[in-house]
Amino acid sequence: MTAKTLFEKIWDAHVVAAESTDTPAILYVDLHLVHEVTSPQAFTELRERGLKLRRPERMLATLDHSTPTLPTAANGERPYANDEAKAQVAQLESNCREFGVALHGWDSADRGIVHVIGPELGVTQPGMTIVCGDSHTSTHGAFGALAFGIGTTEVGHVMATQCLLQRRPKTLAIHVDGQLPQGVGAKDLILHIIGQIGVDGGTGHVIEYRGPAIAALSMEQRMTVCNMSIEAGARAGLIAPDETTFAWLQGRPQAPQGAAWDAAVARWRRLPTDAGARFDREVRIDATAVKPTVTYGTHPGMAIAMDAPVPPARNAQEKRALEYMQSQPGQPMQGMPVDVVFIGSCTNSRLSDLREAANVLRGRRVASRVRMLVVPGSEAVRRDAEREGLHQVFTAAGAEWRVPGCSMCIAMNGDLAQPGQLVVSTSNRNFEGRQGKGARTVLASPATAAASAVAGSIADPRDYLVEVAA
Amino acid sequence: MKPVTRIHSRTAVLADENIDTDRIIPARFLTTTTREGLGRLCFHDWRYQADGSDNPAFPLNQPQAQSCAILVAGQNFGCGSSREHAPWALLDYGIQAVLCSELADIFRNNALKNGLLAITVSEGEHRWLLEHPGSELAIDVRGEFIELPDGGRIAFQLEPFARHCLLHGVDQLGYLLQHADAITRYEQQHQEQVA
Repeated sequence: MTAKTLFEKIWDAHVVAAESTDTPAILYVDLHLVHEVTSPQAFTELRERGLKLRRPERMLATLDHSTPTLPTAANGERPYANDEAKAQVAQLESNCREFGVALHGWDSADRGIVHVIGPELGVTQPGMTIVCGDSHTSTHGAFGALAFGIGTTEVGHVMATQCLLQRRPKTLAIHVDGQLPQGVGAKDLILHIIGQIGVDGGTGHVIEYRGPAIAALSMEQRMTVCNMSIEAGARAGLIAPDETTFAWLQGRPQAPQGAAWDAAVARWRRLPTDAGARFDREVRIDATAVKPTVTYGTHPGMAIAMDAPVPPARNAQEKRALEYMQSQPGQPMQGMPVDVVFIGSCTNSRLSDLREAANVLRGRRVASRVRMLVVPGSEAVRRDAEREGLHQVFTAAGAEWRVPGCSMCIAMNGDLAQPGQLVVSTSNRNFEGRQGKGARTVLASPATAAASAVAGSIADPRDYLVEVAA
Repeated sequence: MKPVTRIHSRTAVLADENIDTDRIIPARFLTTTTREGLGRLCFHDWRYQADGSDNPAFPLNQPQAQSCAILVAGQNFGCGSSREHAPWALLDYGIQAVLCSELADIFRNNALKNGLLAITVSEGEHRWLLEHPGSELAIDVRGEFIELPDGGRIAFQLEPFARHCLLHGVDQLGYLLQHADAITRYEQQHQEQVA
């Protein structure tokens, strides 16, 4: 039998009709995740064409992008940013009722960011194909699922046929050798990787992250890595399922139970890339060389170790990016004054992320110049964090503890920074204006974000963690 | 989708590399629930000044860029968010084709599904196009070539199915629905996986 990669095994198992020169493959989709922003036009099209959902039980919907993260007012009103946001949420609620889709809405104990709740509920499983009208669907690749973002036209295709027309992408292996140093995490690693291969380094490819540093990551760290695959332009990111994956999934509400669990694990154990399988491209990364990493420009590929000097602009775009960021070539980012700190998003809003930030903040205060928002990724994360008292650590330090949602990552719900403000953010995109028109974003890990909140300027979290240990 | 066979226009140039879909249409406008009318929001924060007037520094606001239907963009155009609002906004703004040396995958896919020609050319050809804004071009979808002002040609390749759909205005959802029996067979044969 030919040796196959993890990607090839999943792909081959989902081909309904093979691709030819003239036509793409028809690929079956096991799980379709839906949120309020990229679905309304697709539901409208189905309604106009008199079509039904082919497999509504393979869909899971939630409210996350346009939703306020401030609590409901005493009069029961939710503080939406505007009437359009409110109407968009209402439209998903009515679409889900009309078409029979399970919605984890306002009344659900499981509502949250779509890429946080899929895994939490055990809906995300190894070997699956998963799509969502959202580029960070790559997050689910952490479980060894082929997961990718699609546009709204394709959302409609999946609704009506449970299939997509797809050309087979190429494969890129990123081997991460060695182990990450103490105080350096998954976010630092993925920013470092994107800094190495570039924002288009993965274009046309599905990445498989491999090697000892990847195997040593927790599931939540693996999700952080796979989440940002799209920031390298990749179609998807994958990590082979292993004992860490199975242990994390076992007992989740929608994970298989009993004999079905054993059968599923036996199936999942056959998924990892076979010895001798070939990738179209391979890249090696040395984990031991990774330091706390931040971005200094206006795309995630402009990433450097925080103590390294900002490189000179190589072209007009980079010059414009440095001017926008007010970052100085030759100077490190460390020490740059900070106005806002955001901890949240599908990249870094899980319990371990909040613990990482709280470990830095415990017994300390957020600098007076800094506004800090902590937005848990889901209601479950919020409950778990509150059970541990993490919310008290945040509020005692002077941070705001919010209701789950995408919040300031995409800044379409009213949570945003003012023009010129510098945001140290655990999210995934530092594009111009992403967190508010004119706002400047520095991407960083939860530990770096928390340390920067305390210092009032971009700070190395290792300085804070050492103090705690001493 | 209406068939797209040939586009004839002068070019406008946005030379910046890595123009992301947040720049094409900022996220705060994504609360819309329709596809229509997004042209006025296209490149919003680049195109307008704080008082709402046109930003004279935005290349597409230049008089010579008016009514250009072909956009030549810097490498990796359309990166970032998967929002299909980006091609909807470009089309409504009047752009019918984007030429680039490299396009982000999801953007290209979304664009072609809406009849926005998303075409990659070689780096050398791309450089020439970037350096010659206002060039009168004709894009021929059937022949897969771009006719230059001097009569020269740049060949390009579209994914064959996307090209077929553009030329004949094929409805891709209709095409998929024709395969309903094959999908049912697949579901029956993969009960375990699809359980």
